[in-house]
Amino acid sequence: MKKSIADLAKIRQETLRKIQLRDKEDTNCRIVVGMGTCGISAGARPCLSAIVDEVHKRGLSNIQIVQTGCVGMCRLEPMFDVYVGNEKVTYVNMTPEKSRQVVVEHIVNKRVIQEYTIGEVEK
Amino acid sequence: MQFYRAHVLICGGTGCVSSKSHELKAEMEKELKALGIDNEVQIVMTGCFGLCEAGPIVIVYPEGTFYSQVKIKDAKRIVTEHLYKGRIVKDLLYYESIQQDKIKAVNEVDFYAKQKRIALANCGVIDPENIDEYIALDGYQALIKVLTQMKPEDVIEEIKLSELRGRGGAGFPTGLKWDIASQYKDDMKYVCCNADEGDPGAFMDRSILEGTPHSVLEAMAIAGYATGAKKGYIYVRAEYPIAVKRLQIAIKQAKEYGLLGEDIFDTNFSFDIEIRLGAGAFVCGEETALIESIEGKRGMPRTKPPFPAEKGIWGKPTLLNNVETFANIPLIILKGGEWFSKIGIEGSKGTKVFALGGKIKNTGLVEVPMGMTLREVIYDIGGGCPNGKEFKAVQTGGPSGGCLTKEHLDTPIGYDNLVKLGSMMGSGGMIIMDEDTCMVDIARYFLDFTCEESCGKCTPCREGTKRLKELLDRFCTGKGTFEDLDRLESLAYYIQDNSLCNLGQSAPNPVISTLTHFRDEYLAHVVDRRCPTGVCKALLQYTITDKCIGCGSCAKVCPQECIEPVGKVINEKTNRRAYVIDHTKCIKCGACIEACPPKVSAIITQ
Ligand SMILES: Cc1cc2nc3c(=O)[nH]c(=O)nc-3n(C[C@H](O)[C@H](O)[C@H](O)COP(=O)(O)O)c2cc1C
Repeated sequence: MKKSIADLAKIRQETLRKIQLRDKEDTNCRIVVGMGTCGISAGARPCLSAIVDEVHKRGLSNIQIVQTGCVGMCRLEPMFDVYVGNEKVTYVNMTPEKSRQVVVEHIVNKRVIQEYTIGEVEK
Repeated sequence: MQFYRAHVLICGGTGCVSSKSHELKAEMEKELKALGIDNEVQIVMTGCFGLCEAGPIVIVYPEGTFYSQVKIKDAKRIVTEHLYKGRIVKDLLYYESIQQDKIKAVNEVDFYAKQKRIALANCGVIDPENIDEYIALDGYQALIKVLTQMKPEDVIEEIKLSELRGRGGAGFPTGLKWDIASQYKDDMKYVCCNADEGDPGAFMDRSILEGTPHSVLEAMAIAGYATGAKKGYIYVRAEYPIAVKRLQIAIKQAKEYGLLGEDIFDTNFSFDIEIRLGAGAFVCGEETALIESIEGKRGMPRTKPPFPAEKGIWGKPTLLNNVETFANIPLIILKGGEWFSKIGIEGSKGTKVFALGGKIKNTGLVEVPMGMTLREVIYDIGGGCPNGKEFKAVQTGGPSGGCLTKEHLDTPIGYDNLVKLGSMMGSGGMIIMDEDTCMVDIARYFLDFTCEESCGKCTPCREGTKRLKELLDRFCTGKGTFEDLDRLESLAYYIQDNSLCNLGQSAPNPVISTLTHFRDEYLAHVVDRRCPTGVCKALLQYTITDKCIGCGSCAKVCPQECIEPVGKVINEKTNRRAYVIDHTKCIKCGACIEACPPKVSAIITQ
């Protein structure tokens, strides 16, 4: 179907969001999910899927979701780090539901969920 | 379109496709499905990444992990280890992207770090068969800009400001060409894209069409608007099936979106594009021969003037530009001519794509700012000659260009600089030669090509290139004389001065430049009947060295019976002598070398 200039702008915006992660320089936020054997067996995969889904549903852009290996605190898995700028926050004992909350609160609303962070849990 | 957390970009350029990148994609998709993560990870076939040497290339984002020479059997490991568990498969990484255990992203390795990509900006980043991805990276914004905010004169002014020069060979100022083409009034006018790319070894145009076909379509529409043309032709060789297919898809998509066709963006501007396939004759890259070919006639050059801008396709005013020239246009419009003119050096602005080939480590395609030195391109990006061999010369400009030597390595690359040194930019082919290359043989190789490709219309080129080639044959087989050398030189200049088109006018360049820079090699072929590099087999001489122990194994196998123990005495008591080859009878079969005991290895060729 023939597109107007406005249609093109819409396509541009929507598609850009999806392919943006091919530009390494242009990231606001990184979520690094532990995917060692420990993480996977503790249920890291459904958490990862939940994060991907939530990011998609909220239409967030410039977000990198990557995996990493075991960081040596296997009893706290599933866990992931959220980097915004130079700030790093580590969330532990995650579930898919909690993961979604982190995306909404931490990334969208810019509020760290203290009670899920490693600092709180380890107290 | 779905959101994917990881994108796997697989090179779908001709090089990587021939090393099975399509099968690799299918295999990865299968593995992703098996693990149930096919809805999280997207696989995209892109255009050429440029580092063809290391193909098939796979790049995984967001990390930018650079895998090279990926085999089909490796698909499973990349999927289960990297994409499922997040562990980079280190042994599949491109060798340079892992150093002291630090893993570099694709944009950090030397091959890419020094490049600047304008024409190839989208190549290896977007899926060329998906117009939305092109649009996402500002695609068709330049067309919107010219149609809604600029008058045709403004567009031409902007191109002039950029100081862009044609990338097809001659380096004619593009803005001026557009200006001239816009002056001629007629009921029908055309825009034509030259995608014949006949220079052997050059493949930037193919890669642009394969990697970002919409860039060319958009630029042609802009050119149509600027010059008052309604119709465009792309002349592309049928030997580029992937490029042709992607162009067809791109044209179809652009028409569906109304970006080509009638009344684009309701602005009253209409533009349509048609593909014409060429049969792959070098001469059909010459603009007037190309026009003849489009009209269905035999591809032979016309006399100029009239130039195509006045009388081109079907006798109508035609603007003709090269693929890479067009590929620069959208960004010039979006970022401004001034931005473009700040890149490069006086007289040569912007970037140029070069195809590195021959004796070089990183064979492939690179785009660098004009003014970079040959040394930077050949060593820093290209990695120098493989196997520790020494660099000898580089042929720029393909069969129409000339060779440059070590002392030219620090020349900043630009149109005028290269011409001054007796070579030219041409379409950007760079063939690197190492110490083992015979320059007489190389000249013969290029002459062989032009001789074959001469269309036959004018005598200097048709007959002249043949005679040149025969003379070179004589040198390579040890029959050349001093008179031949004189004849070679005067004939070369005669052809240069008298041929109808640039094919003939430039055909002697390889001869002239090798004569200038490597005359001693010609002399060795004539005076000593010797090829210093040993390439010209007919000139090889087999010699038995001091290492000979006098066993006679060689003499026994010599079919000419021309090896006899008449050399110096090896053993005083038995009076055993070293063997010697009679060169007048030797037929250079090599049997003696094989017969000589490996521990001795006394026979050498030189
Ligand atoms: C023998 C010969 C072959 C040529 N082959 C090509 C070619 O393959 N592609 C190309 O763009 N120009 C080729 N040219 C140059 C064209 O005639 C023309 O100058 C060029 O396409 C103009 O586009 P530009 O101004 O954008 O460079 C060739 C010229 C000659 C004499």
